[in-house]
Amino acid sequence: MTVTSAPATEMPRRRHPLIRFFKSLALLRESYVGMLGAFLVLFWIAMALGADLMPLRDPLAQSAPDLLKPALSASPDGGTYWLGTDDKGRDILSRLIYGSRLVLFWSILATVVAYAVGMLLGVMAGYRGGWWDEIISFFGNVLLSFPQMVLYLVILSNFGPNSDVGRYLGSALGISGTVVSGIIIIFAITFSVAPQVARIVRGLVLDLKTRDYIAAAEVRGEKPLYIMLVELLPNARGPLIVDACLRIGYVIIAIAVLGFLSLGLPPPDPDWGKMIAEVRGFGSIAGNAMLWPAIAISSLVFGLNLLADGLREISLRD
Amino acid sequence: MTTSQTPVLECKDVSISYYTRAGAVPAVYDFNLTVMPGEAVGIVGESGCGKSTVALAIMQYMGRNGAITGGEIRFMGRDMRTMSQEELRKIRGSQISMVYQEPMASLNPSLLIRTQLTEVLVIHEGISEDAAFKRAVEVLDAVRLPDPNRIMNSYPHQLSGGQQQRVVIAMALLSNPKLLLLDEPTTALDVTVEAGVVELIKDISQRFGTSMIYISHNLGLILETCDRICVMYSGQAVEVGNVKQVFDHMRHPYTRGLFSSIPLPGADRFSHPLVPIRGQLPLPRDRPKGCTFGPRCDFFQAGRCDDPVPMLDIKGDPGHEARCVRYDEIDWKKYRPKGLEAEPIVPGPPVLQIRNMKKYYEIRDNSIAAMISGTKSRFVKANEKLDFEAREGETVAIVGESGCGKSTLAKVLMGLEESTGGEVLVNGLEVGHMPVRKRPAGLISSLQIVFQNPFETLNPSHSVGAQISRVLRKFGVAKDRDEAERKTYELLDMVKLPREFAQRKPRQLSGGQKQRIGIARAFGGEAAVVIADEPVSALDVSVQAAVTGLLTDIQRKKRTTLVFISHDLSVVRYLADRIVVMYLGHIMEQGTTDEVFSPPYHPYTEALLSAVPIADTSVTKKHIVLKGELPSPMNPPPGCPFQTRCPRKIGAICETEMPPNKDMGNGHMIMCHLPDDVLRSMEPVIKVGRHDPDDTTPAAEMTAKH
Repeated sequence: MTVTSAPATEMPRRRHPLIRFFKSLALLRESYVGMLGAFLVLFWIAMALGADLMPLRDPLAQSAPDLLKPALSASPDGGTYWLGTDDKGRDILSRLIYGSRLVLFWSILATVVAYAVGMLLGVMAGYRGGWWDEIISFFGNVLLSFPQMVLYLVILSNFGPNSDVGRYLGSALGISGTVVSGIIIIFAITFSVAPQVARIVRGLVLDLKTRDYIAAAEVRGEKPLYIMLVELLPNARGPLIVDACLRIGYVIIAIAVLGFLSLGLPPPDPDWGKMIAEVRGFGSIAGNAMLWPAIAISSLVFGLNLLADGLREISLRD
Repeated sequence: MTTSQTPVLECKDVSISYYTRAGAVPAVYDFNLTVMPGEAVGIVGESGCGKSTVALAIMQYMGRNGAITGGEIRFMGRDMRTMSQEELRKIRGSQISMVYQEPMASLNPSLLIRTQLTEVLVIHEGISEDAAFKRAVEVLDAVRLPDPNRIMNSYPHQLSGGQQQRVVIAMALLSNPKLLLLDEPTTALDVTVEAGVVELIKDISQRFGTSMIYISHNLGLILETCDRICVMYSGQAVEVGNVKQVFDHMRHPYTRGLFSSIPLPGADRFSHPLVPIRGQLPLPRDRPKGCTFGPRCDFFQAGRCDDPVPMLDIKGDPGHEARCVRYDEIDWKKYRPKGLEAEPIVPGPPVLQIRNMKKYYEIRDNSIAAMISGTKSRFVKANEKLDFEAREGETVAIVGESGCGKSTLAKVLMGLEESTGGEVLVNGLEVGHMPVRKRPAGLISSLQIVFQNPFETLNPSHSVGAQISRVLRKFGVAKDRDEAERKTYELLDMVKLPREFAQRKPRQLSGGQKQRIGIARAFGGEAAVVIADEPVSALDVSVQAAVTGLLTDIQRKKRTTLVFISHDLSVVRYLADRIVVMYLGHIMEQGTTDEVFSPPYHPYTEALLSAVPIADTSVTKKHIVLKGELPSPMNPPPGCPFQTRCPRKIGAICETEMPPNKDMGNGHMIMCHLPDDVLRSMEPVIKVGRHDPDDTTPAAEMTAKH
């Protein structure tokens, strides 16, 4: 034990939080399942980020002679349709890769928003207890008692870009239909996901708030908001990170289903769910065009699930 | 004991390893132990020394990642390592039984006691349910449980902790085992309940002739229950001998260190300060090559102690062995280590005054039955008429068992609860009805607390430095970041931790170190009153001494008033100036430490004192074991709260009237119906035979024969 009197500047430098974050992620090495999941997720993130750098065709360009071509068929400009074309002659590979941007962007954004709302409500219900808890839990239970799809349909058909509200929003704020429907999707997903998150956080907080360090914060006169955000929430992060990974997967599926029901992002944007819906009438002659977006969705969701498993595995150790 | 008998258990050069991701970790090595029929052997050591691993190895129940890597374990002359799983299964539970620390965790909460007890006999002896039931009732009777038939038809949660542990012991005794392993069987129990269970354990070996291995960290309990003792340190036995040999003529420096770090009744803090063992227990991977205790030993000699040390027979003392090459050379009489010095302090004006304070909790019953009968709410009287004061620089100890209301008192003081009546004055300011959110900043920082559980006292998400500097900023002690940082380092210096710890996360600290941070945090804002709620009860013995010493040291320097809440009377005797004894929300007795520890006593104090195990062969105690269990504070008995268990109950008056608070002189208050002359004619509970605990000449033994 050395008691140094060195001035504060000579103390070992604190590593940047991002570095520490990646260091702890490196623990994933020890879980094969987690590694596979991380690989799949990183693959799609790389595709989304690097779409502009790849020699891809315009995902929106239609080519009348090349409808519903199978994979690996030659294109008129001398190239190859690696994954074939859809019913309007658009390149599926290009649409998939550009589509990954939309899918990842909106699903992650929706999950983050739903999480923020859910965590806030959950920590309030858990820490404050009493009426706060009664009210938050009551409304949460009401929302959870709706079948999720019905909830989405109600919200999107009444507030979507083609509804009066949606059109008004679009013109009043001067934003495109894609953004309007994105915002409404986030809104809908928050309604269905936030109560679930709140329930998890509430349970964690009920346990955490009995710890002495919370009493210590109270007896030094900390404000409730400080205790909730600084003392409680960081300690709930372990289970929440795992849950968030799973939740992004569910949100991706939800967005795909909405796209399939043409309630998602408006055409002609290459949303994966919508890509399936557009060619489903041609399933018997061009199953190919339906197969690829389906594989994309399941590989990304599968990757996220495996990643969540891996994270859970490493969080149980140590 | 004759040598011709076959030992019940013989461990020869046993080594045990655990396999982790980082490789094999040797948990125990070269371990030797012989248990003769009817003998009780104690294994004592601090956490992490391998004592529980030994017990699991004897049960041959090492889990998936542990294995016995060498040596042999002979049970009744047969090597257990060569037995098949089938044979082992037959032996476990019938020939060797084990009692664990947590009674609630050893019993299945969803099965009746009768099912769990008869099962043992039906499986191991194949007798009928009826016969098994009869035997089980007999054994429950033997462990002195009242009304065995009722207990048989109860679920575990319907019994108290002490009753549960008796059921577990009964279960272990059912099939008349040859060997009984007890792993800290009383650690989870209250002191007076513990005394009853310990008496039972002593009785068992005499009545049933069962051999026992008693694992504990408490030297006093070993002295009360065992014939022989084995002191373990860092995976090895370092000293073995019969209890008298080891307690009176300890030879290993570690054993010596253990004894000097626990407060004994013969010692007070001014003449014989506690001496903590410096340093920390090495992790199994970083054990030194030579003597494992070397780095912490004051008698380490390079060249001799850095080779592996064998177990050596002590010359002229058969059966006594120590793992120290210098056991014969060390002159303990000349050894005067620098202990935790303390000087008597002159207390200043009263800082904390509590007058007639009451705290009731209201329990609302919303059931239909309650609505019909009209009893919608009941009150738990956690504190009833508390009356005491604490002066500047003084240490006031509040002693009592679980449910006595001592933690409620702490909560009211800290503003986490509001008092129901009476006054709580801090420097003349009434705070009893002021929850912490309404308290002015100055008051908050002048009233701080050190929590009990080191693993919960710090927020695991933030660095130690951030948590200390937050306190400093919050209390306005530091104005900006630089100043907060500087003062954080000063506080770390004060609690004798390196400054690098500021960057560490709590999980990188040991329990004792966390508790030091807790102390730094409490004293960060120049507190006038610090409440310490059992601050050392979760720590190892040698660490306890260091942390207690540090706490009182800082308190004395800063002239802070310390309210020390504890159930451990020996620690309290060592450090308190005044003592308040509580039982079921009432103060039964209060006075200076000397007044409380010498007659006249309140009958409860008398029983508490008698229940404390003392690790000193020269001490003779009056033997008082309380009957029954602690009543629930939900449902306190009428009259005197202690009347249900009081050995000195005088009659109907105790059951109907609250006893008067009598001043026995000088503010020594006793709440009891006993007449003054009876109180005054009480005999001391603890008699100390010798006065110098460092003097270990046989002469000391002579005087011990009271």
